[in-house]
Amino acid sequence: MADLEFRRAIRDALDEELARDERVVFFGEDVAKPGGVFAVTPGLFDAHGEERVFDTPISELAITGAAFGAAVSGLRPVIEIMFGDFLPLAMDGLVNQAAKYWYLSNEQASVPLVVRSAVGAGGRFGAIHSQSPVPWFQAVPGLRIVAPSTPVDAKALLKGAIRDDNPVLFFEHKRLYSIKEPLPDDPIEAATLGEARVVREGGDLTVVTAMRGVHDALAAAEQLSADGIELEVIDLRTLRPLDLPTVLASVRKTNRLLALEEGPLTGGWAGELVARVSEEALGELDDVWRLTTKDLPIPYSPPLEDAFLPGTDAIVANVRGRLVAA
Amino acid sequence: MARATTNAAAAPAPAQELSGPAQHGLELYRRMLVIRRFEETVQSLFQKGEVHGTTHLYIGEEAGAVGVGDVLKAQDRAAGTYRGHGHALGLGVDPQALLDEMLGRASGVCGGRAGSMNVIDLAHRLIGCFGIIGGSISAATGAALALRREDGVAVAFFGEGTTNHGYFHECLNFAAVRKLPVLYMCENNLYGEFTPWEDVTAGEIEARPRTLGIHTETIDGNDVWAVREAAGAAVERARAGEGPQFIQSMTYRFVGHSRSDPGAYRKPGELDRWKQRDPLLVARTKLTGELGVPPSGVDEVDAAVEAQIDAMIEAALAAPYPDPSLPVREFAPQAEHAP
Ligand SMILES: Cc1ncc(C[n+]2csc(CCOP(=O)(O)OP(=O)(O)O)c2C)c(N)n1
Ligand SMILES: [Mg+2]
Repeated sequence: MADLEFRRAIRDALDEELARDERVVFFGEDVAKPGGVFAVTPGLFDAHGEERVFDTPISELAITGAAFGAAVSGLRPVIEIMFGDFLPLAMDGLVNQAAKYWYLSNEQASVPLVVRSAVGAGGRFGAIHSQSPVPWFQAVPGLRIVAPSTPVDAKALLKGAIRDDNPVLFFEHKRLYSIKEPLPDDPIEAATLGEARVVREGGDLTVVTAMRGVHDALAAAEQLSADGIELEVIDLRTLRPLDLPTVLASVRKTNRLLALEEGPLTGGWAGELVARVSEEALGELDDVWRLTTKDLPIPYSPPLEDAFLPGTDAIVANVRGRLVAA
Repeated sequence: MARATTNAAAAPAPAQELSGPAQHGLELYRRMLVIRRFEETVQSLFQKGEVHGTTHLYIGEEAGAVGVGDVLKAQDRAAGTYRGHGHALGLGVDPQALLDEMLGRASGVCGGRAGSMNVIDLAHRLIGCFGIIGGSISAATGAALALRREDGVAVAFFGEGTTNHGYFHECLNFAAVRKLPVLYMCENNLYGEFTPWEDVTAGEIEARPRTLGIHTETIDGNDVWAVREAAGAAVERARAGEGPQFIQSMTYRFVGHSRSDPGAYRKPGELDRWKQRDPLLVARTKLTGELGVPPSGVDEVDAAVEAQIDAMIEAALAAPYPDPSLPVREFAPQAEHAP
């Protein structure tokens, strides 16, 4: 059976949506003729032509602002901001223009716009090519944030993001681009945004995470299972808005919640999730905590970066310590 | 929210004997006068506590928006600034709905959600008014990507101060390499807030678009016919596939930058000199001279606009506020509102 690679899944989703809907356009830096710096988008330019798929100047203000203007004028743009770390330059178009338009216009029009961006650490890219920019956008009403963990899901969620009528940030973790999974027999359809998924069942602790964290949590769960600790792992898939019902249902079973986020402790989605669950289900919780990075920039040196990230070993040690102490 | 509207396009019946150019000129004058009286009304209602926050008035610059608005076609669109009441009215936004918006009423063009700086009216081709410098430039640039499929052109209004912003440089280059049908309408009123433009701007503004290969022109922005002619030609060049166009429209605002500005930075005599070039005066002179409109014909327009504004104020003050208890949707429901 053929395998589907994560980067190929994203390319295929774009290819199919460009073919399906002529309002879809795709642009960014080095994405068209060169096929993207992460080799995610080869062949789209040849297949769909210069009017639909094009390379832009190095101009994040223009790319994002123009995508907004196009989206409210009849197109459904998908743009690439090469690294999530460059999103501060795109912030005005997203935060002040796209995210508010539906509300401010009194629902005259929505903004069907997708921003793809490579995020995440572990690749030795240093502090300013490794961040997970989720918290910067967490506090912006009107934005959706999608964060897939598997190839099949990446394809389904990107198709869903392109068909969604609202501005969507679509984050691709760099350390997922090369992972593969068997290609399913049935075509991969567009997924509805905003739905989390239980990817492993277990009765002792609910671990809620996303992107690379899902793989680390699943690996940790196998090790902890040998100790008799069974983790239930939830892949959020959409980080804004959070799928609270799925998390609450799990917590009502396990009575314990660990929010595992690759990002600083302060201001991330993990803090928001813990707050929401506490408000809704405090009486059902025996324990609740977060495992994140420290409130520091991401280091470069391999031993420093490895120690900085909440990977499999860190999760195992953290859960053992917490559950044994409890 | 249904209510009889006083649309800018609904002119009083012109006297039969006037020539075509005279009738059209009288209509341009009327639209400029509506903006002038609208802005004065906003100012006075602000002082009465009916308009809130801040406002940036277009008084003295009316010929720009009216001249550009007059040459646009149904498939075209424009993006304005925080100084956007004139941009909106020039495109044909209903003055009553705009005034209601200033007063925060439910019948406002955005239901009272937007206020002075953020007006959006897609039905009247207004992509939006942008409170962040340069937002109008990128919005129009992107709109042009879409509009060119339907033979449309996008216009960005912005001030001369905005030519120092990254949005300006990034978007003009973006539009030039993609040959987008967009008119960059730079309204040079000599100041960005309280700072004379020449103190903070290197070289000539015109040289910037020109070096990108963009067709560039500087015009008398207080003569509505001059604006109309230059904008009309630029828009048609853009529509014909000649790529982005740039106009520097020289003008002057007669009032403060925003409502709290006494204008201490003005050079001696500058305001008086510009008032002699008031766009309304320029238009009246041409109407009653060259175009042969009797002064009484212009006076009739004045009276009609006066009455229209009086009725608008009354209606706006009587309009209900939005109901804070009504539900609000954070996201557009699927497939309901995609343009
Ligand atoms: C990004 C940004 N920086 C600063 C401001 C504050 N500001 C509002 S208007 C203005 C002056 C703009 O001057 P100009 O472009 O000449 O337009 P004008 O107001 O004269 O029409 C400034 C600095 C802003 N709104 N946005
Ligand atoms: Mg200015």
